[in-house]
Amino acid sequence: MESLSNKKKVLEVKPLNFLERAYLPAIAGGLATTMKHFFKKPVTISYPEEKREYSENFRGMHSLKRDENGKERCTACGLCALSCPAEAITMTAAERQPGEEHLYREEKYAAVYEINMLRCIFCGLCEEACPKEAIYLDGDHVPADYLRKDFIYGKDKLVEAPLNQ
Amino acid sequence: METADLIFRIVLIVIVFAISLVVAMYSTYAERKVAAFFQDRIGPNRAGPWGILQPLADGGKMFLKEEIIPTNATGFLFIVGPSLAILTACIGSAVIPWGKAISIGSHTFDLQVTDINVGVLYIFGVVSLGVYGVMIGGWASNNKYSLLGAIRAASQNISYEISMGLSIIALLMLTGTLSLKEIAEQQHSWHWNIIRQPLGFILFIVCAFAETNRTPFDLPECETELVGGYHTEYSSMKLGFYLFAEYINMFISSAVMATLYWGGYNYPFMDDVAASLGANPAAIIGVVVLFAKIFLFIFFFMWVRWTIPRFRYDQLMDLGWKILIPLAIANIVLTGIGSTLLTHLGY
Ligand code: SF4
Ligand code: SF4
Repeated sequence: MESLSNKKKVLEVKPLNFLERAYLPAIAGGLATTMKHFFKKPVTISYPEEKREYSENFRGMHSLKRDENGKERCTACGLCALSCPAEAITMTAAERQPGEEHLYREEKYAAVYEINMLRCIFCGLCEEACPKEAIYLDGDHVPADYLRKDFIYGKDKLVEAPLNQ
Repeated sequence: METADLIFRIVLIVIVFAISLVVAMYSTYAERKVAAFFQDRIGPNRAGPWGILQPLADGGKMFLKEEIIPTNATGFLFIVGPSLAILTACIGSAVIPWGKAISIGSHTFDLQVTDINVGVLYIFGVVSLGVYGVMIGGWASNNKYSLLGAIRAASQNISYEISMGLSIIALLMLTGTLSLKEIAEQQHSWHWNIIRQPLGFILFIVCAFAETNRTPFDLPECETELVGGYHTEYSSMKLGFYLFAEYINMFISSAVMATLYWGGYNYPFMDDVAASLGANPAAIIGVVVLFAKIFLFIFFFMWVRWTIPRFRYDQLMDLGWKILIPLAIANIVLTGIGSTLLTHLGY
C-alpha cells in the first residue's frame, strides 16, 4: 500500500561484514569516545563545600509574612486553601480581640494555620491567590523527618520571626 | 645455593608479594577514579587528600563486616574457595623477570624469584587453577545464582584458555624457549615480540580479559542477571579476597603481557644508558620501565571496562570458539610460513 505521508522508509537489515563481526573497529571507536570524556571537566558539585545556585524563582518552604509593623498579614480568608490543588492547607479563623492590634493586621486572623508538607507540591498557587501578600514560598528545602505527623507545619514553623528580635 | 643468594631470594619474594598486594589495593582506588574520570565525575576524594586512603578504609570495612556463612553452605569448601582464589593469584608472580640482574659487590642477583625453564607453562597452570577457587566457592554456597556464575566462569575459562594457549604457541615457535627470563632477554632494546606477533598479541589480550573475568567478559559475576554471580553468598573479608584476587590477577596478567609481547624490562637505547650510567642504574630503570608498561596495561583493562558492555553468553562462546580459535590457528600457520621464509632468505 502506498503510504499516505510519503515519509515511510524501508529499513533493511544488512548482515555484518567481517570487520564488524570482529568487533575490534567498533571497540576502538568506543575507546576513543570514552577517552574524550577522560579529559573533560567533571560536572560534579562537591556538595557541602560547594552549593549549586538556586534559580531566582525557586519555590521552597512557605513563610507567613508580617507587615512593616510586625503584625501578621494573614486574614484567614481561605483563598490559599481553596486554590491549593493538593489540598495541603487547613486553617481555623479567629476574631481579633481588643488589645491584640499589635499582633494581627486585620480583624480576623488565622488561629491555626497548617500546611502538610507531604501533600504540598510547591506549585506556588497559594502565593498567587493570597490577596494580602501574606504567604510566600521563599524558604529553603523542607527538611527530612521521621514521622508523618512532623511534616504538618503549624504557625510555629511558618510565621516569620517577629521584627525586632 | 649460597646464603647470600638465599637471603636475596627471600627478600625478593617478600618485596614482590608486598608490591602485588599494594598494586592490587591501589588498583581498586584507580578503578574508581578512572571510572569517575570516564564518566565526567570526580571519584572518591574524602578519605585523605584526593581520597588516597580510600583502599585502607575499604579494607578496614571488609574486615569489620559481619562474617556470614549460610546454613546450607558446605562450611569447609565455602572457606577454601576464596583462599584458593587469592593463593593462586599470588603465586603467579614467581616467574616474572622484574629486571636485569644487578650486582652488589662480587655477587650478581637475578631480579626474578625463580627462573624455571617452563615459566610460561607454570603461569598457565596457575591461571587454570584460579578457576577452582571460583568453582568451589560457587558450588559450596548452595545457591543457584552462585552455581550458575561458577559454571559460567569454568566454561568461559576453559574456552578461552585454548585460544590463549594457541596464541602463545605461535610466540614460542619464534622464541624457542618457555623460560620467561630468556624470552625477556631476546627482546633486547626495541626487538619486542609485538612487532613479530601483532595478531597473536590481540588474541592474547582478548583471552586475558576473559581469564581475569573483566568486562566485557565478566559474566561469572554479572549483577544484572546473577545477583552477584559466584560470590553472591559471600560477605566480609572472604568477599574481599575474591575481589582482591581479581585485581592481583589483573596485575599478573599485565606483567605477563608486558614480558611476553612488550619487551618486559627492555627499553630502546638501554645499551647507551648502561654504558653511560653503569649496569645497575640501567637495570633499575628497566624495572621502572616494566612497571610503567604494567600500569599502562592495568589502565587499559579499566578503560575497556568503562567502555564496552558485557557480551551475551552465546556471543561469548561464539567469539571464543568460532573466531578466536580459528584465528589463533591461522596465526600459527602464518608464523610458521613466515619464519621459514625469512630463514631461507637468510635473515
Ligand atoms: S504551594 Fe501549591 S500545593 Fe503547596 S500549599 Fe501552596 S498551593 Fe498548595
Ligand atoms: S495566606 Fe493569604 S490567602 Fe491564605 S488565608 Fe491568609 S490571607 Fe488568605
